[in-house]
Amino acid sequence: MELLGKIGPYNEVADEYDAAASVEALSESKVLVIGAGGLGCEILKNLSLTGFKKIHVIDMDTIDISNLNRQFLFRLKDVGKSKAEVAAKFVESRTQGVEIVPQFCKIQDKPLDYYKQFVCIICGLDSVEARRWINATLVTLAGEDIIIPLIDGGTEGFKGQSRVIFPSINSCYECTLDLVTPKITYPVCTIATTPRLPEHCIEWANEIEWPRIHSTKFDADNPDHVEWMYQTSLARAESFNITGVTKSLTLGVVKNIIPAIASTNAIIAASCCNEAFKLITNCNPMLDDYMMYSGDESIFTYTYKNIKKSDCPVCGNDLKVVKAEKWWNLKEFIEEIKHQKDIQMTNPSLSTKFQKLYFSSPESLRLATEKNLQMKLSDLVGDEEVIVTDPKLPISLRVRIVFN
Amino acid sequence: MLKLRQLQKQKQQEKQQETISSESKVQSSQIRLQKDITELDLPPSIKLQFPNEGDISNFIITIQPREGYYKNGKFRFSVGVTDNFPMEPPKIKCLQKIYHPNIDLEGNICLNILREDWSPVLNLNSVIIGLNFLLLEPNSNDPLNKQAANVLSKNKNLFASNVKSSMRGGYVDDEYYDHIM
Ligand SMILES: [Zn+2]
Repeated sequence: MELLGKIGPYNEVADEYDAAASVEALSESKVLVIGAGGLGCEILKNLSLTGFKKIHVIDMDTIDISNLNRQFLFRLKDVGKSKAEVAAKFVESRTQGVEIVPQFCKIQDKPLDYYKQFVCIICGLDSVEARRWINATLVTLAGEDIIIPLIDGGTEGFKGQSRVIFPSINSCYECTLDLVTPKITYPVCTIATTPRLPEHCIEWANEIEWPRIHSTKFDADNPDHVEWMYQTSLARAESFNITGVTKSLTLGVVKNIIPAIASTNAIIAASCCNEAFKLITNCNPMLDDYMMYSGDESIFTYTYKNIKKSDCPVCGNDLKVVKAEKWWNLKEFIEEIKHQKDIQMTNPSLSTKFQKLYFSSPESLRLATEKNLQMKLSDLVGDEEVIVTDPKLPISLRVRIVFN
Repeated sequence: MLKLRQLQKQKQQEKQQETISSESKVQSSQIRLQKDITELDLPPSIKLQFPNEGDISNFIITIQPREGYYKNGKFRFSVGVTDNFPMEPPKIKCLQKIYHPNIDLEGNICLNILREDWSPVLNLNSVIIGLNFLLLEPNSNDPLNKQAANVLSKNKNLFASNVKSSMRGGYVDDEYYDHIM
């Protein structure tokens, strides 16, 4: 490939750079694309046209007719089928020698081992929860010295961002969680008593009427549920002389959908795939580490580096090893923690994934956990991590106990 | 992947790290919740109960105002925190049927920091203090119980006596309210 043949002026590894190896790496590297929606379609197309040959794609969604305007790998006949499966087949049929393995499931359904096979993961998701999950999963793997870079793209209307996360090395998704735009919500009193917008009527149906009438959770993929939500919202709107409640608006509000713009997806996907290309081929320096793009007020991009938060609950606190005697009870262990110079806690509270060990406050939890103080530490905790927090300190500590 | 190798080498030189199996890792929402709960700094009129052993994500708050319209009532609220905390605010409901302009008969509460003004930088303490404030200073601007709000804005004395009789368990405007004294 011509592009890789010459060493670029900015190449960071000029001494070790080997064009032939780069070309080979491109076709041998197995990458995972998460999401086969607006961004995912673009990403799959770009990757396969840049020379990636081994791609997995995972998406739990099926194709809806409203996707067809921008998710260009899908046709009318595909409505109702798995996004991952249709996208994989389409791209394979258009590009030679590319193998795309589709996974029609949630990312959470796959075991940790599944993710270990990839050299890089490219994420084009619209869900904060799913991103947090994959981010935490990759940081966990980094703890086992398996570092899989995460290239994350996201769009919201005319805005978007791409970023490169080297789990446990630079700032992770959780480090910058406060950058996430919160879900649009309306004051509950407006919804309940003085609706003015069609959205208010839909939120009323969704948040007040649904739980009052139904005992099951609302499922946006169940047509009966959606129909009920639409009819209820419509009736509410009519009684307040509000117009504009439609079925698609209803779905948009209850699923919190922000209209997707095809060109934003294309720009962000291009940036993500460039980063994947540079990562695998070493041809040029990578994005370090965050690019925001804004296309709503003229056009603007800005690149900067996020700071890795030392108190990030996912990647921040490295595990601290505390040695303990086998015969210690919990109280003696807590005393040990208090006396460790580099911890400096005066009122620690401790818990594991499975139980509360000791809470110094509030009163009710202190009383409930006090009995553990006299129990043998080795009966309470095995090799699972112990979370230690202190009201005085902004950080939390992950501790692993090693018995002498 | 040379870049990654560089970074990895750097990191290893910095630190030899102990590892832990992912199955026993604590979720980040739980860590944050543990911090929030142990940092609570509440007046003695507010008590917390954890009915389920081992579960700190669901609990009950009891507020017994020492002043205001709702003086001496015992108000119980359920608090539920999801795995998406603190991105999502805690879910709080009033467990009794009470006469309050900003709380409806199903227990839904109109408090801005529980919804539209929630942000991850807020914590459980701010939410509970907000709840307490709502009992001390009910307001007629954000009505969830319209009748109560109307009375409050027009006739404060009538509102006070309505609150009193509702708290003893009784009817106000054809609606039965729970006994909460
Ligand atoms: Zn982090």
